Amino acid sequence: MMNVIVDTGCANLSSVKFAVERLGFKVTITDDITLIKNADKVILPGVGTAKHAMANIRAKGLVETLQNLTQPVLGFCLGMQLMCDSSVESSDGEKVECLGIIHTDIIPLNAENNRLPHMGWNTLTSVTDHPVFQGINIGDYFYFVHSFAAPISEYTLATCQYGSSFSAVIAKDNFIGCQFHPERSSKLGSKIIKNFLELAL
Amino acid sequence: MLAKRIIPCLDVRDGKVVKGVQFRNHEIIGDIVPLAQKYAAAGADELVFYDITASSDNRVVDKSWVSRIAEVIDIPFCVAGGIKTEQDAKEILMMGADKISVNSPALRDPSLISRLADVFGQQCIVVGIDSFYDKETGLYQVYQFTGDENRTQQTKWTTFDWIKEVQRRGAGEIVLNCMNQDGVRQGYDIAQLQKARAVCNVPLIASGGAGEISHFADVFKQADVDGALAASVFHKGIIEINDLKQTLKNQNIEIRLC
Repeated sequence: MMNVIVDTGCANLSSVKFAVERLGFKVTITDDITLIKNADKVILPGVGTAKHAMANIRAKGLVETLQNLTQPVLGFCLGMQLMCDSSVESSDGEKVECLGIIHTDIIPLNAENNRLPHMGWNTLTSVTDHPVFQGINIGDYFYFVHSFAAPISEYTLATCQYGSSFSAVIAKDNFIGCQFHPERSSKLGSKIIKNFLELAL
Repeated sequence: MLAKRIIPCLDVRDGKVVKGVQFRNHEIIGDIVPLAQKYAAAGADELVFYDITASSDNRVVDKSWVSRIAEVIDIPFCVAGGIKTEQDAKEILMMGADKISVNSPALRDPSLISRLADVFGQQCIVVGIDSFYDKETGLYQVYQFTGDENRTQQTKWTTFDWIKEVQRRGAGEIVLNCMNQDGVRQGYDIAQLQKARAVCNVPLIASGGAGEISHFADVFKQADVDGALAASVFHKGIIEINDLKQTLKNQNIEIRLC
């Protein structure tokens, strides 16, 4: 069983690695195409801006590899956003082309009168049955830190509300992405990671 | 609903957690890792680690403990102290910190805030502000190098102008340390925090003055801060996080119970 964390050149790689290791699983941080292709499970983490992360992924030549993965892939926060078609999160506000795996676009979170970034522990307002979310319920708290989000769409698996409703989790085929940070969401976050790593292949 | 955050703050000096009164006379509270674990398990929503000597000693924060904390805790944490460059920030975030907080280096070079926000994203750039109320002039003034009483000095900034400036430059969160209240446990500086709130559109964290549970309720209800940071009441066992959170919840404040 080989689990990998894709080295997106972003900063939160080790906290993701530690979260996996605390559960007793082995995991490798890598940007090696062969290792990523051959992994049983792939985690795509990320913090920062889509523009910066996509530039790293392109420079490492990982775009096609990631697009064509067939094993279960779990994205965290920016990692989730990178799975989408595009994002407008860049310092100049221009649209950044992402991996185009899940056909939705990352747009500014419509927080109405709430402060941005949306930062802290918020509750899920809906959860669809999915093996990765077994044991996760409406009202459970997860740790969010973001100003951009995926709108509600056919790919939405769970929702959260902050001014307006947005996708807390999206999924398509073998790709699942959480807007929140499971690695920093205490016991319930660990449960999601564990469910993912224990998915039967 | 987004929960209000309870944030124990651990001041770090030479790898130990310490606590001073009004930023002076530091006593050792304990080792970092077991304390971090204890607070995470007790229901803290986030932890902040301040290397209180780093900026004033002109050295970078001793980083080895950052990854030791990241290994054991499963809640977010922020590291502050001597982060002067993108490289400093990168190393600390790489070791597992979720956010970095800049204070004195941002005062020296405000463009640091925007450079950090551009590379790492606004959401992980916290600006810490040490604010002192001068009773004679009636002004709130920003101070720097507060980790070392011999070097602590007033800056040219008034607090509310600096709060506006750091937001303009891309701060994702502001921690306002009200120095007059620090360590004396007489309550948060509600008047100052209300004024700060009025000009702060990013998350605002209250710091300085927590002494009893009612102080937390007051600051959430009256100053609408997003989080409340405290040190001595937790370190000395005066307030248990669980009791605190249950009491706040009973007063209809949005709180994550564990």
